Amino acid sequence: MAGDTDKLVCELALRMGDNALILGQRVSAWCGHAPVLEEDIALANVALDLIGQTKLWLGLAAELGAGDNADDVAFLRDARGFRNSLLVEQPNGDYGHTLMRQFLFDAWHYPMLQGLKESADIRIAEIAEKSAKEAAYHLERSSDFVVRLGDGSDESHDRMQAALNALYPFAGELTAPDETDEALAAAGLAPDLNVLRQQYDDYVSRIFAEATLTVPEGAVRKGGKAGLHTEEMGYILADMQWLQRAYPGATW
Amino acid sequence: MYAQEVKSTGQGVKSLDEMEPDERAFQEKINADVKIEPKDWMPEGYRKTLIRQISQHAHSEIVGQLPEGNWITRAPTLERKAILLAKVQDEAGHGLYLYCAAETLGVSRDQMTEQLLSGKAKYSSIFNYPTLTWADIGAIGWLVDGAAIMNQVPLQRCSYGPYSRAMIRVCKEESFHQRQGYDIMMKLCEGAPEQKDMAQDALNRWWQPSLMMFGPPDGDSVHSAQSMAWGIKQNTNDELRQKFVDETVPQAEYLGLTVPDPDVKWNEARGHYDFGELDWDEFYEVLKGNGPCNKERLGARQKAWTDGAWFREGLMAHAKKRDARKMAAE
Amino acid sequence: MSNEWPLWEVFIRGQHGLSHRHVGSLHAPDQEIAIKNARDVYTRRNEGVSIWVVQSKDIAASSPGDKEPLYEPSNSKVYRHPTFFDIPDEVGKM
Repeated sequence: MAGDTDKLVCELALRMGDNALILGQRVSAWCGHAPVLEEDIALANVALDLIGQTKLWLGLAAELGAGDNADDVAFLRDARGFRNSLLVEQPNGDYGHTLMRQFLFDAWHYPMLQGLKESADIRIAEIAEKSAKEAAYHLERSSDFVVRLGDGSDESHDRMQAALNALYPFAGELTAPDETDEALAAAGLAPDLNVLRQQYDDYVSRIFAEATLTVPEGAVRKGGKAGLHTEEMGYILADMQWLQRAYPGATW
Repeated sequence: MYAQEVKSTGQGVKSLDEMEPDERAFQEKINADVKIEPKDWMPEGYRKTLIRQISQHAHSEIVGQLPEGNWITRAPTLERKAILLAKVQDEAGHGLYLYCAAETLGVSRDQMTEQLLSGKAKYSSIFNYPTLTWADIGAIGWLVDGAAIMNQVPLQRCSYGPYSRAMIRVCKEESFHQRQGYDIMMKLCEGAPEQKDMAQDALNRWWQPSLMMFGPPDGDSVHSAQSMAWGIKQNTNDELRQKFVDETVPQAEYLGLTVPDPDVKWNEARGHYDFGELDWDEFYEVLKGNGPCNKERLGARQKAWTDGAWFREGLMAHAKKRDARKMAAE
Repeated sequence: MSNEWPLWEVFIRGQHGLSHRHVGSLHAPDQEIAIKNARDVYTRRNEGVSIWVVQSKDIAASSPGDKEPLYEPSNSKVYRHPTFFDIPDEVGKM
């Protein structure tokens, strides 16, 4: 069943790669506009890590038939072909939204990569090995900020609570398994998201308690894994893919 | 250059015999290539000139993130995106090192930021030009960073220790910037005709502004002599401009591009390229705030600072709370 | 502005068993963030380095000494090195 496994691995690589790409794209837009110079530099490091990871994941997807190379996969698919979660395509908003989006993502990304290090597929395990170190640092950083700003000034608290209210509905998708996730877990290619969700919920609740923030009630919003995105996605791609589309086949 | 319009405060260069003992000892140190350090005695004019020069240099790095930064999300490949991001990040880092160097002279970063945002402090005129196509990212790396490096390499020997050390670090990190720009230009010139046209158009627009980065002609530059005596400046504006033209013209030829100046030609007798007059009226207009992007650049920095106030204050509020809790627990 | 983040001095020990050395300064609201910022600013996040930070105001200084900052950029970001870009010899030094 090598063909089926490859299809699953390809799908996983697209999900991981698209999450990294779209979040990296969002974060990189802060470059030159962050609240303080030290943050400009730190945030650029996060974006650089994510774009580096994108190259690896989409490179693997390309090997398995998603395109000629990682760039083609990134720059020549339309929105319906993208597999990232709705969370990462949400707008940057104020710096609180950006940090909260990062935190909700990192809290999934790090344990996910830890799980993928044990994947039955060596290619997945190798990418996860490299990426997990980076994600561990991202999570440390974003957790620090959520705690500090949640339990900071009145204004910073209110802004972080507003960011959490806006973004939390999109977080659930990361840990909600669909059929592909179940097949990946059954084949030993990826961790069981039901187990991961427990870890995720425990971790974020602990951080939010420390940050004096309240987790909002409400339905989970999902669709990204099936390529059903928010309207944001079209604008992201219009920006990101513009040169490739305007000069088809050009080398840069 | 990155500090194009630094007015030095000295009243003409004094000879050693005219100096008081403190100043004489200071000048002798400089003459002997001994670095001046933050706690050393220094003339007030030296301190003020350095603050202006280093902070202008820092502001230029900070504002300099913007013209290139706006192409990060549109970079045509993942590799180009990462490289550009790393480069713009370096500029933020270089701004940071330079602000820190200036802080050793008794001015805070917030004060310097305030001066930039109020329009009181200057930054390099080059960053008030727009980046209209991807080729502009190539042209900036090749020409603007090329010009910057030419100016910054001698500044590593600046008499003021913290500035000199910051420049050593900056030069070390910046060495890839010009090359990545030239690499973009090479790819465009080897590519489709539309790509090569894009490259030529970028060269046409960035050539003059790049030559102006070295500042006004020596005859109009009132402050060079004192700055050179103080070891804050090592070469004159015109010397560096000539050096830049001499290195850049053959690079343009290699690309198959035409330098947009009909007067550029090799002068065997001088051993240099001749080049035409620059439009200095434009330079002064841009410096005064009337360039194509002055308002946008400053506006972007003001917005970043204002919108980020709650973040900076929120973290300080948390730090104070934690200190208070720690005190209470002890 | 009274709310300016304090200034910290950063000392880094590289991978070669040398002692910590001063590499520069930065602003941060507290010591944990100062260490993270130091990692991001002065090592571009190289693994395996040890970082000390101390508030600049807490340093007692005699007379200034001469310390040359020096560090290695992150090894994984090869494009930060000029040799990553192939520039033909004809073009001259760059």
